[in-house]
Amino acid sequence: MSQLFKPSMNTLARVSLSCALIVPGALVVGLSSITRSPYNTKVEVPLDQPVPFSHTHHADELGIDCRYCHSSVEKSGFAGIPPSHTCMSCHSQIWTNSPLLEPVRESYEKDIPLVWNRVNKVPDFVYFDHSIHIAKGVNCNVCHGPVQKMQMTWKGKPFFMSWCLDCHRDPGKYIRPKDEVFGLFRKYQESSKGANLTGSEYSLMATAHYKPSKEDQARGRKLVQEYGIKVETLSDCYICHR
Amino acid sequence: MDRESINRMFTRRRLQRLAGLLSLALVAGCHTDMWIQPKAKPLQQSDFFADGAASRPPVANTVAQGQLRTDDHLYTGIVAKKYVDEFPFAIAKQDIERGQDRFNIYCSPCHGALGDGKGMIAQRGLALRAQPATYHTERLRKMPVGYFFDVITHGHGAMFSYAQRVDPDDRWKIVSYIRALQLSQHSALEDLTAEEQGQIDEKPVGIGIAAAAGDTHAGTNGAAAGGHTEGGSKH
Repeated sequence: MSQLFKPSMNTLARVSLSCALIVPGALVVGLSSITRSPYNTKVEVPLDQPVPFSHTHHADELGIDCRYCHSSVEKSGFAGIPPSHTCMSCHSQIWTNSPLLEPVRESYEKDIPLVWNRVNKVPDFVYFDHSIHIAKGVNCNVCHGPVQKMQMTWKGKPFFMSWCLDCHRDPGKYIRPKDEVFGLFRKYQESSKGANLTGSEYSLMATAHYKPSKEDQARGRKLVQEYGIKVETLSDCYICHR
Repeated sequence: MDRESINRMFTRRRLQRLAGLLSLALVAGCHTDMWIQPKAKPLQQSDFFADGAASRPPVANTVAQGQLRTDDHLYTGIVAKKYVDEFPFAIAKQDIERGQDRFNIYCSPCHGALGDGKGMIAQRGLALRAQPATYHTERLRKMPVGYFFDVITHGHGAMFSYAQRVDPDDRWKIVSYIRALQLSQHSALEDLTAEEQGQIDEKPVGIGIAAAAGDTHAGTNGAAAGGHTEGGSKH
C-alpha cells in the first residue's frame, strides 16, 4: 500500500493549523474594529445639514449659552431642536440677506419645520431623559464632546450600551458639581479660550477626550452620595429599557 | 462510508437548502423592528399626518390640566388695562439669582450682561436696524414691572417673543434682576452703608468688567437689590 500522505502535506497541515487559530482571531478583531470605527459609530463625522449651522461661531465666538436654543434641556427628556422662531430672534436683524439662511427664513415665513439631519440618536428601545442627567451634574460635553468647538456638528461619543453602563455603574467618574454643568462653559468663556481651566476641565471643554483627574473622581463619588444617586439600581435593565 | 453514500448525502439540492438556512440564520440577527418602533418621539417625521409631523399641535383653545391662566397679574402683567407695578409673588434673593441666570442666557446676547444694550449681537451686528435697548434710561427706570413682563412675553420692536422659552415665573424673576441692574447703574455712593462704601475700590470701574460682570454683579447687587424689591412690592 502506497503512502497516504505526500511529504508536502506536512506544510499543508502546519498552514491549516495556524490558519485555524489566526482566521477566527482576525475576524473578531477586524469586525469589532469596524463596529467601533467612525464608519459605524459616526463619532467625529460631521453631517451635512440644510443650513451650515456652526456651534463654534454661536457658542464659542459669540458666547451664547446652550439653553438659548436648547431651552427644554433642564426640564424635559428632550433637549429641543430650536424652532425657526429662535433662529429668527437674531437673524431677523443680522445676516438678513445671507443666502445661507434662506431655508431658515422660508421655514419661518411658511411655518414649515426645517428638516435637520439628526446627529445624536438612541434606538427606540432606549429611554433617555436629558433633564435628570443635567440635574445630577452631568456636563453636556461628557456625552456630546466639545460642541462649542464643532463647525458642523458631529457625534461626540459612540452611544454603545457599554458606554452608557460605564457611567451608570460608577457615575462618580463623570459627575461634576451641578453649578458646573453650564458654569464651566461660562468659565471657559471668561478667559481667553480656557486658560483659567484646570487640565481635566480643559479636556472636557475643548477636547474630544475628557480625562477626569483622580481628584475629580473622588469628588464625583462624594457628589453621588450628596445628590442621592442610587447607584445600586442605576444599571438595572428597566432604568433605560422601559 | 463509501464514496457513493457520501455523494448521496451532499447532493446539490441539499447543499443549496443548507446554504439557504444558514443565510436565514445570519439575516435573522439584522431585523430593526425594535430599533425603529411604531411610536412617535418629539419632532419626529410622520407619513400619517398631512403636515408630516408626528407631534400634534393642541386643538385651538385647549387648556392643559393645571394651566388655566386666569390670574392676569401673574400671566400678563396687565390688570385693568394698566401695567402692574407689583410683582405677583414675593421676590427673595434666590429669585433674583434665578433671574440673573435666565437673564444671562436669554437677554444678555443683545442687552449685555449689564443691561446697557451692548451685548454681543449689538456689537457684532453692524447694520442693526434697531439697537437693543439699554435699561438705564429715565423712561425705563420709571416703567412699571408689568411692562418688562409684557415685552418678554410678546416682544417689542425688533425683539421677538420669549414666551416659548421662558416660563411666566422666570419672566418675573428676570424682571426683578432688571430692576437690580437698574439700581446698580443708578445709585449714589451715599446709598450704600458705611461698611459697603469701605469695600469699594477707588479705581473707576469701566465697561471692561462687563464681560465678567455676571458673577461679580450678583455678589454686590444681589444684596442691594434684595432691599430694593422688597420696597418695590409696597408700591
